[in-house]
Amino acid sequence: MLRFTIRRLLQVIPTLFAVALLIFVIFSVVPGSFASSLMADGRTAADPEMMARLNEQFGLDKPLYVRFADYITGLARFDLGTSFRTREPVLDVINARIWASLELAIAAMVFAIVVGVPLGFIAALRPGSLLDSVTMIGAVSGLSLPQFWLGLLLMYFFALVLGWLPSFGYGGGSWRYLILPAITLGVTPLALLARTTRAGVLEIANEDFIRTARSKGMSEARVVRWHLVRNVMVLVVTTIGLQFGSMMGQAVVIEKLFSWPGIGSLLVDSVSIRDTPVVQGTILVIVVWFLLINTFVDIIYAAIDPRIKQT
Amino acid sequence: MMLKTLTLAAALLAGTAGAALAQDPQPGGTLNFVAPYGSSFGTLDIHTSPSTQDEFPAKAIHRSLYQWNSEEGKPEPELATEVTASDDRLTYTYKLRENAVFHDGTPFTADDVIYSYERIAEPANAYPGARYFADVAGIDEFNSGSAEHISGLRKIDDHTLEITYTVAPTDPGYALMQTNSAIYPSGAGEDPGFIQNPIGLGPFKFVENVPGSRVVVEKFDDFYEDGKPYLDRINVVLLGDASARDVAFRNQEIDVSVLGPTQYVAYQADPELSQNLLEVAEVYTRHVGFDNTKPPFDNKDVRQAFGHAINNELILDKLVKNKAYPATGWLPISSPAYDEAAEPTTYDPELAKQMLADAGYPDGIDVAITATQNESWGLTIVEAIIPMLRDAGIRATAVPVEASVLAEIVPAGDFEAFMWSNLSGPDDYEVMKCYYSKTPRSSCAYQQFSDPEFDALFEQAGAEMDPEKKTDLLRQANNVVQEGAPSWFFNYNKAVMAYQPWVHGLQANATELAIQNYEDLWIDETAPDSRR
Repeated sequence: MLRFTIRRLLQVIPTLFAVALLIFVIFSVVPGSFASSLMADGRTAADPEMMARLNEQFGLDKPLYVRFADYITGLARFDLGTSFRTREPVLDVINARIWASLELAIAAMVFAIVVGVPLGFIAALRPGSLLDSVTMIGAVSGLSLPQFWLGLLLMYFFALVLGWLPSFGYGGGSWRYLILPAITLGVTPLALLARTTRAGVLEIANEDFIRTARSKGMSEARVVRWHLVRNVMVLVVTTIGLQFGSMMGQAVVIEKLFSWPGIGSLLVDSVSIRDTPVVQGTILVIVVWFLLINTFVDIIYAAIDPRIKQT
Repeated sequence: MMLKTLTLAAALLAGTAGAALAQDPQPGGTLNFVAPYGSSFGTLDIHTSPSTQDEFPAKAIHRSLYQWNSEEGKPEPELATEVTASDDRLTYTYKLRENAVFHDGTPFTADDVIYSYERIAEPANAYPGARYFADVAGIDEFNSGSAEHISGLRKIDDHTLEITYTVAPTDPGYALMQTNSAIYPSGAGEDPGFIQNPIGLGPFKFVENVPGSRVVVEKFDDFYEDGKPYLDRINVVLLGDASARDVAFRNQEIDVSVLGPTQYVAYQADPELSQNLLEVAEVYTRHVGFDNTKPPFDNKDVRQAFGHAINNELILDKLVKNKAYPATGWLPISSPAYDEAAEPTTYDPELAKQMLADAGYPDGIDVAITATQNESWGLTIVEAIIPMLRDAGIRATAVPVEASVLAEIVPAGDFEAFMWSNLSGPDDYEVMKCYYSKTPRSSCAYQQFSDPEFDALFEQAGAEMDPEKKTDLLRQANNVVQEGAPSWFFNYNKAVMAYQPWVHGLQANATELAIQNYEDLWIDETAPDSRR
């Protein structure tokens, strides 16, 4: 198990290097710069001298290969550079925002698991019932609704019509502010989990080993607990891992909508102002998050299903 | 005068704003003021930033030597009680306020002004405000490193400052009123803690910054204006999405909201919300600029034909939702040099066709218009004018770019035509430089307009000491620009702010409506409990 874990963690390194290279190249070739973004509102006329000074100050006047070498050596020292905009270390800028993103991602995932998995189980145990139909219609809707629109809808009902919850903001970390963005972000994984769980239960419930267990006189509770749940969990854990891993990326829209102070909204602002070090750092953090969650899921996966370790 | 008229009109339109003037300001309470231009503040070190978004907290914490007077429509001394100019207008002497102190209790002196201005001008810092000091005596020596200080900034005594220019400014207040020319305590900018906990001369003290969420400030009891500020606290909250802002405003979670065209229509239609709208003609002109140096736009007739081909009234009504004023030239309505008799370019496609033919283009012309996604001066408008232009023989295509890309390619001259919204005030003389033939393209003369008549008028205006005569010359110069059509000027931005009925003291700030002098704001007893 330890060798498997180490092997999986080592596989992350070349992936990270490839991603770092890709991010660097993309943001080096796209037109526009931090200096030009300062004039984008039409309020400030171009000052070639100031732009040259800015480019010099941020090392943008150096050749591309020198900048890449600086970037990679910086990464090796866990130095993501300095933000053009705030003139603070990128790590500090991200550190100030990442905890809010984690809070939102965890809350959304907990909501999705707590509601989605039981719903999928219940629906599968009574296939064709009204509950099953309602659950599946809800799941399909959850997958098809644009998150932005759903967020606005929730804002409208729970903040404006009912007045139960605030419509935006962080509120110093109060749970009341977390509910609407977490539900909005959690609906897609919830729907996916409900569908996956239902499909998994229906498929595994018809397997020979389940019939064998029943024919040997094993109680229904034991069949479900020992054979059904354990096998379905392989599917569910995979779905949770994939969804949880991609949640930081999905949160970009939600954070912007609800004015949630996470790295998603930081990324949007940094892209528009061409604060390249922050953009690169933020994307890298999102990628690292995705890779780590997936590696962790692989490890759990191997623990649940020993056959994985053989491959 | 014009701005006064506008201010009055805005107050009449707002209704309750007018009524509020009759009430005495009430002290106390909290205001939730929205910063609508993004999801974060870039920095609390306002010297480093040209961004309007960063001005929202900075305007509460800091003060500059001058401040914009929205009612008078001009800058006025703020940290000085008396300003005298030499006869040649090259030297200005300021008697500084003796009752102003920083939030840590340190008295304000001339040393703080000199320190702040040298910090902003320091070439190694590459701060956006450095250009404010481009004409101050001694700046070249300072920039080259041969002088440690700017000789044109001279302390006479603790509360007397002298600024000497090499070229007489129209009014130094236009540059020195900018929030990013704020006065810091001497030496403070080099203290790393200062950026996280800024100290200023403003009416509110910094309390906390929750990155990506809000900045909180509270009343500074030793502010130099007696009885001000009225409010105890301001939460400057970030809310960049217009739809979310709409919900939050209707839910009374925020006290003011900046409206886009879509919300403007909805708010006007609402009997209650329409009572509390503040409108002002901001100093931004939307236009399609042509490269005047290359065919076909090196021909004035072609440039004029472009304007005649477009039904601007229809665009304003259907797309901009009347959240703009039709343009009659470069200078906006709030400008003293705006010509009230001037008329917008007439819509006449047949005339446009004829003008193209007369200019040697009987088969019409092809043009690529570079534009961003902006809803009021971007691709939506370009897509709408393409069929109109086609009817007149102008085959236009849209070149979509991102805002920072537009700001890169236009000053570089890498365009045939572009659509943009550019600052066209409040310093009339300064913004008219954009059409002076000796101004470099990269500085703002993007179209490279060249007209001897304009140049002569502009040069006369620069030499004219009498403000009224100067304004008159600039008015004539503006008419020459409209006639020469370096751009098709299509509208001036109408900024609209919705405010809750309990909010009073808002100013019709034509330079940027959303930026308010917070010390003048107050809330009445009808505000919700959460604000009292």
